[in-house]
Amino acid sequence: MTWTIIVLAVLVVVLWGFWVSWRASRLDRMHNRVEAARTALDLALVRRWSAAGDLASSGQLDPATSMLLADAVLRARQADPAERDLAESDLTRALRATLGDPDFRAELAAGDPSDPDGPEDSAELLTAVERAAQQVSIARMFYNDLAGRTLDARRRPLARVLHLSGRARQPEFFDMDDALVDGEG
Amino acid sequence: MRIGIACPYSWDVPGGVQQHIRDLAETLIELGHEVSVIAPADDDRPLPAYVVPAGRAMPVPYNGSVARLAFGPLSANRVRRWLKDGAFDVLHVHEPAVPSLSLLACWVASGPIVATVHTAMRKSRWLLASQPVLRSALEKIDGRIAVSEAARTTFVQQLGGDAVLIPNGLATRRYRHAEPLDGWPGTGGAIGFLGRMDETRKGLPVLLQAFELLAPGRPGLRLLIGGNGDAEEHRDTLPAELRDRAVFLGEVSEEDKIRLLHSVDVFCSPNTGGESFGIVTAEAMAAGVAIVASDIPAFRDVLRDGQAGELFAAGDPAALASAAARLLDDPARCAELSAAALDAVAAYDWGIVARDVVSVYETVVLGRTPVGITE
Repeated sequence: MTWTIIVLAVLVVVLWGFWVSWRASRLDRMHNRVEAARTALDLALVRRWSAAGDLASSGQLDPATSMLLADAVLRARQADPAERDLAESDLTRALRATLGDPDFRAELAAGDPSDPDGPEDSAELLTAVERAAQQVSIARMFYNDLAGRTLDARRRPLARVLHLSGRARQPEFFDMDDALVDGEG
Repeated sequence: MRIGIACPYSWDVPGGVQQHIRDLAETLIELGHEVSVIAPADDDRPLPAYVVPAGRAMPVPYNGSVARLAFGPLSANRVRRWLKDGAFDVLHVHEPAVPSLSLLACWVASGPIVATVHTAMRKSRWLLASQPVLRSALEKIDGRIAVSEAARTTFVQQLGGDAVLIPNGLATRRYRHAEPLDGWPGTGGAIGFLGRMDETRKGLPVLLQAFELLAPGRPGLRLLIGGNGDAEEHRDTLPAELRDRAVFLGEVSEEDKIRLLHSVDVFCSPNTGGESFGIVTAEAMAAGVAIVASDIPAFRDVLRDGQAGELFAAGDPAALASAAARLLDDPARCAELSAAALDAVAAYDWGIVARDVVSVYETVVLGRTPVGITE
């Protein structure tokens, strides 16, 4: 009788151990995925700086717009981590101000047929900015989704009591205005 | 001369650059020039006849805050049309390194261009100016004006080429007439002060101590004090029975500032130092109020060594009290000083400053074709 109880108890402990280690490794995997998603988001933001910077220095914009855009890119690149979201949102607003006029956007998209050998094709520049902005939007959505799920998992009682997340950094949501067209998103 | 002036900031928003352009344009018109100003402004707002609206300014993040600027293809088209219709002899842009109408005007215009820089700019701003598009726009500037030494230094260091220093003018006319504040100056005598109370170099404590010396013999004498600061703290330095006779207005609007100058018999500038020009004293001179001022070099200079205002030893309340008493007791002397002050301050008037600006115009248009549009 006593033996049966002992065997059962050992079995429970072993099973519980397996379960805890499974939860811990899942949490670890989630943290890794969050890190990867964050890297992807950072990369998307860098691509957007570069596309916006190319547009600013292309000579396709008037100098005032070009300067506003270059200023926003510079600020986003130099922002401290704590103010990154604000600086990136400002870059979005500067892009919106640059491309806000539908006629002008259409003119850029049409390229410059009179100068086919121009140093840079305005349509390509526009596409690069639009694609980079879209990637930022998608990468941010994926990252925030994973960050949210990881935060939920960290908040479970078991994870909290046993400190399953170890020294993994708590992910933070990245909130910013990333809609290139007013009213979108 | 036909002069086109480009203003980068919204005409409807109060600001130093807009005020400068307004004063300059109106003075140039008085001097017989034809002036047109292009500025961001709503089309449906009432504007002075010389202002051409370039459409509403858009709020955009710039330089760490949200600025209202005009840029983009629509604004560029408006500027182009304005230049074409205006057929100016000279184009005068203000703050060309701000991404707005002035920069657009430099970009689309050909011909003689004068630029005025108002604010000293940080290095990063000028690094952006190394972009080819901006550089080619800014390189078209023929005549450079800076309104202060600091602005001139940045201009020279960052963009190359020297700038003429022409400070802001004083629109003396605006100060000449105003309604006194209700109940002022009264019959017992009134002394006025303007300036930040917490800055001891503005000298309010000296005036308060002098008031303590004067008040017992003059039961109707009052003080009228305008400017930022802790009024309670200063009021409490006075003996209890005098506290009601010192009126603190706190921060005053531009209009109330002028009314204050017309509400007192004597205006006091008790500064103990640190002034390079003393704009407030010059404004009081333009209002025609009798002035008693400390004998620091800036005031000695603007008040013509005491001919246009009573001077006293800086920081000495007894000297201030006796100088103020002399004026309060002698209306004829006050009238004499007032006339001399009006005469002296005329040298700082926009009329004179605008003539200096015109000399710059005349220099850059020599042998040049009028302003046109680059194709």
